[in-house]
Amino acid sequence: MIKVVFFAALREQLNCSELSLSSENLATVADLKTELASKDEKWQQVFANNSLLSAVNHDMVNSEQAIKSGDEVAFFPPVTGG
Amino acid sequence: MIGSITSEISIQIADFSLADEVALLEKDNASDGAVVTFTGRVRDRNEGKDVSSLTLEHYPGMTEKSLAKIIRTTKERWRIGRVKVIHRVGELFIGDQIVFVGVTSKHRQDAFAANEFIMDYLKVQAPFWKKESTEQGNNWLAAKTSDENKAAKW
Repeated sequence: MIKVVFFAALREQLNCSELSLSSENLATVADLKTELASKDEKWQQVFANNSLLSAVNHDMVNSEQAIKSGDEVAFFPPVTGG
Repeated sequence: MIGSITSEISIQIADFSLADEVALLEKDNASDGAVVTFTGRVRDRNEGKDVSSLTLEHYPGMTEKSLAKIIRTTKERWRIGRVKVIHRVGELFIGDQIVFVGVTSKHRQDAFAANEFIMDYLKVQAPFWKKESTEQGNNWLAAKTSDENKAAKW
């Protein structure tokens, strides 16, 4: 299983802070994005946003990053702290 | 305190005391002649709107890891002594302190540069998000290109 977490505006748009899904057929972050975008129209719209950032196990990564069962993958908007 | 992984980093709801933080940076530290601190506060206006409060969200675990990485890089680039980064989360009001960065070094140049570097990278890499509350409603702040450009200059 892969744990997926969402933050800030993204979490609110999806009305979802986390979910788990099978890692079967998901080799990369890009695969995971495609899978999530296929849920429905709203998810498709949200994941069409190119500025979304992603992290695997707390490290910022790009979409080509490989993922495996047990990983925690996060999606969030550009950060605005400080 | 929410999950700090080293004494150099604290993500917290509670306020902090600038005087106490400076005292900690200076305690038993006779070799460092420079102490540079930065404190960020909640402004009353942003992009033409009156702000009543800000709510800070973060990604527990990744935030600390990201800040630790920034501090590691800072120590590789400058000769610095002590570092402390505090970032508050939750709802904050006008004038409230949001963030503190303190750096010590033997001479001032290293502490000045290291402090600015940490802030510039915190702004674009550490997973925090601000939602502002104004008379027109609540909205998530958009990241600024100017912050990206500033970090890229180092």
